[in-house]
Amino acid sequence: MLAILNYRAGNLTSVKRALDHEGIPCRITDDADILARSRGIIFPGGGAAGSAMKNLRENGLDTLLKDLISRGKPMLGICLGCQIILDESMENSASTLSILSGSCLRFDHELLDEHGDPINIPHMGWNSVKLVRECELFRDVPQEAEFYFVHSYYPEPRSDLLIGLTSYGRDFCSVFGRPGLWAMQFHPEKSGRPGLKILNNFYRYCMNI
Amino acid sequence: MLSKRIIPCLDVRDGKLTKGIKFRGNVEIGDPVETARLYYEQGADEIVFYDITASAEARGIMLQVVEKVAETIFIPFSVGGGISSLEDMRAVLLAGAEKVSVNSAAIKNPEIISQGAEAFGSQCIVVGMDVLRVEKSPDCPSGYEMVIHGGRKRMNTDALWWAREVERLGAGEICLNSIDADGTKDGYELDLTRLIAGNVRIPVIASGGAGNPEHMTRAVTEGRASAALIASIVHYGEYTIPGIKDFMHQAGVKVRRTW
Repeated sequence: MLAILNYRAGNLTSVKRALDHEGIPCRITDDADILARSRGIIFPGGGAAGSAMKNLRENGLDTLLKDLISRGKPMLGICLGCQIILDESMENSASTLSILSGSCLRFDHELLDEHGDPINIPHMGWNSVKLVRECELFRDVPQEAEFYFVHSYYPEPRSDLLIGLTSYGRDFCSVFGRPGLWAMQFHPEKSGRPGLKILNNFYRYCMNI
Repeated sequence: MLSKRIIPCLDVRDGKLTKGIKFRGNVEIGDPVETARLYYEQGADEIVFYDITASAEARGIMLQVVEKVAETIFIPFSVGGGISSLEDMRAVLLAGAEKVSVNSAAIKNPEIISQGAEAFGSQCIVVGMDVLRVEKSPDCPSGYEMVIHGGRKRMNTDALWWAREVERLGAGEICLNSIDADGTKDGYELDLTRLIAGNVRIPVIASGGAGNPEHMTRAVTEGRASAALIASIVHYGEYTIPGIKDFMHQAGVKVRRTW
């Protein structure tokens, strides 16, 4: 069973619907025992960094998560869930979980797109991911696949954590992490079949360790 | 690099799919959930549902449709039609829609845009604009006027002014429908599309007038739209989404071609 972390801010149900559709057992929860017994945790996206951290701290989930991850519990962070495992976020000047090294920055309004026009913020729509390092979550995902993004802030992890790059006015990190602890800026649950494949790959990893 | 989006629009009445021509004489053509699944499998980048009844009793039926769609397709979709309060927005988002679209309610009560953006995030809030070409006047210096009720009621509000206003209020996206072009299949109104898309920093979806893939290509190149809305040209099988995307790709437009 995968646990979908309930931190009372994100869009939890769309991840649950995607896992249900794939026949992956899952529960939306903030219960310490269930999180500990799960085979892996998904930290879903949505909401703002400041309020998300507040909710996590109030429920003691910040220390619990760090503890579980340090003991090898697999985790997948999506969108805000990917940003919040870094050290800090420009959004609400929030100090975040510090599970992986790096910070979260806002897209610069001055950036230009490929036609020389200023970019829209948020970055919203389908974009591709160029892998700079092999990642088993992308096994059997076509290279040309695109994923659904919607965000105004992007992660900037320590360079050795970098897995995938996406281009929007500049190249930014859209996937990072290490085996068992992954984070992605896009929404696999809203990215059609390639996204569902990533969720399946994460589940398979969780069941095989 | 961001892909241009192809978005089929499904008009729904009493839980069933219809397609209106010039907003009149709707005929029923199928089940919205099955049609959404078909378009999802064919590579639609997003789907728009427009609830054209939006009476109190029909709202419950629509929410059931939204829930079923959310269990069936795994791309973003939005729901509009008769959304006039935060409660309406919340119900649709909880049922599984990614975005809600407000139209007449936003003109009558612009605060619903800022309230919605604050409560659910700007990315959830699409403002639908129905626009009529008019003589330039002090009230409508752009020569485009906002209308509601499918074009039957003119609002004496300049469309360009309104577009900037909805951006300022926190809308995440504009769905821009030309009443003049709607249903004609003669192409999107490119002057209007370019005027609005060139003057806001949020994505603009071009709507109204799609007759072929060339029109769609022009909407996202000359018109500078981020996405093109289509209805009858795919609903009646004249074109398919993969065919449209192949055409646009050949024309040099970046579109999502793997799904």
